[in-house]
Amino acid sequence: MPLSREQIAQRISQEVQDGFCVNLGIGIPTLVANYIPKDKTVMLQSENGLLGMGPFPKDADVDPDLINAGKQTVTAVPGASFFSSADSFAMIRGGHVDLTVLGAMEVDEQGSIANWMVPGKMVKGMGGAMDLVAGARNVIVAMQHTDKEGNSKLRTKCTLPLTGIKCIKKIVSDFGVIEVTDNGFVLKEYAPDLTPEKVVASTEGKITIAPDCKMMTF
Amino acid sequence: MSKKVYKDAMSALEGIKDGMTLVVGGFGLCGIPENCINALVEKGVKDLTCVSNNAGVDDFGLGLLLQKRQIKKMISSYVGENATFEKQFMSGELELEFCPQGTLAERIRAGGAGIAGFYTPTGVGTLVAEGKEIKNFDGRDYVLERGIVGDFALVKAWKADTFGNLVFRKTARNFNPMAATAGKITVVEVEELVEVGELDPDQIHTPGVYVQRIFKGTNYQKRIEQRTVSKG
Repeated sequence: MPLSREQIAQRISQEVQDGFCVNLGIGIPTLVANYIPKDKTVMLQSENGLLGMGPFPKDADVDPDLINAGKQTVTAVPGASFFSSADSFAMIRGGHVDLTVLGAMEVDEQGSIANWMVPGKMVKGMGGAMDLVAGARNVIVAMQHTDKEGNSKLRTKCTLPLTGIKCIKKIVSDFGVIEVTDNGFVLKEYAPDLTPEKVVASTEGKITIAPDCKMMTF
Repeated sequence: MSKKVYKDAMSALEGIKDGMTLVVGGFGLCGIPENCINALVEKGVKDLTCVSNNAGVDDFGLGLLLQKRQIKKMISSYVGENATFEKQFMSGELELEFCPQGTLAERIRAGGAGIAGFYTPTGVGTLVAEGKEIKNFDGRDYVLERGIVGDFALVKAWKADTFGNLVFRKTARNFNPMAATAGKITVVEVEELVEVGELDPDQIHTPGVYVQRIFKGTNYQKRIEQRTVSKG
């Protein structure tokens, strides 16, 4: 069985270290917050201008002036700060955010990512994604390994308009954990009930199996 | 009364003409200048270029101006919440310049700070960098982006004094402080307008020098796009 959305999020949460400032994108990345252990102090950054994002508010505490980058109503934790979008992206572009997790439509074997546009079909915009991939020290992509027809989304070269070039170092897909190296993709962990060979066969880009590759457990 | 204080949005927007460029604060529907947008609809000015992170939703925010076809061009980072926008863009009625969110914030900041352009790593190797100068610093490529100055800037703040010193509230701050610096004429609407001396100088987010016109807004809807709550 490939990983569920929750299991992808759970695995990514293991990459979050105590003291980190983390930016979580919309979709699966948002779920990562649910799995960060209580004993780790982590500040979540929301690029509209909040460091120290808390959970969704209780009904009575909903405040239209307090939202996250997905336009959802949220809360602020003790120690939080508000700031302008220019300050927010100074943090991001300046490399002060320790970890960014975001979704992708395609990643290629050089670590380039496409996640903002399907020509002729989807006109939404990149939001902060281009700044995040250009600036964060550490970018992890949460994505589905293949599309609905079974075509690999881990490509030799991205076919969609790029969000950033050579900026992705690690992918957690529903098939496993893949690092991006100078030698292409390297499979480090694979989903329970899959085999490394099955993951390799489902990947278009150049991929090798790490000597210490292991099955994931949950 | 201070010469900066106007009685309402209609009077504060005196001089806005067809074809002008407006820098508009707000993120999604949070911290948008609701009164100014409604007044622009009423004034009926058209062929506007709007510099704003988003384009509102179909029936609120800048979406109201799109509905009336008053906007010729948008400079934005994300317009996914607005179906009218998508329709007008796909049919070629509306021009769109996509600009990454951080680059947009910095372009407005730069415009207001007298900086003509700056080099950023954001967007290098993508559509955004096409046709722009690329320069290598210390082994990394950066793209030249230009500062933005608007004929008018439309800003929403929480509180202000009559000199135009501004205080924003929570994440309604977003693009508003930069927008306030980037208008040849900056118009600010606020929920609370107090006398000079009532705000603590240490707590002011935007000094009044940037602000030319100010008024107390009315009937704020503060519409929520995604009302999310936790149980218990």
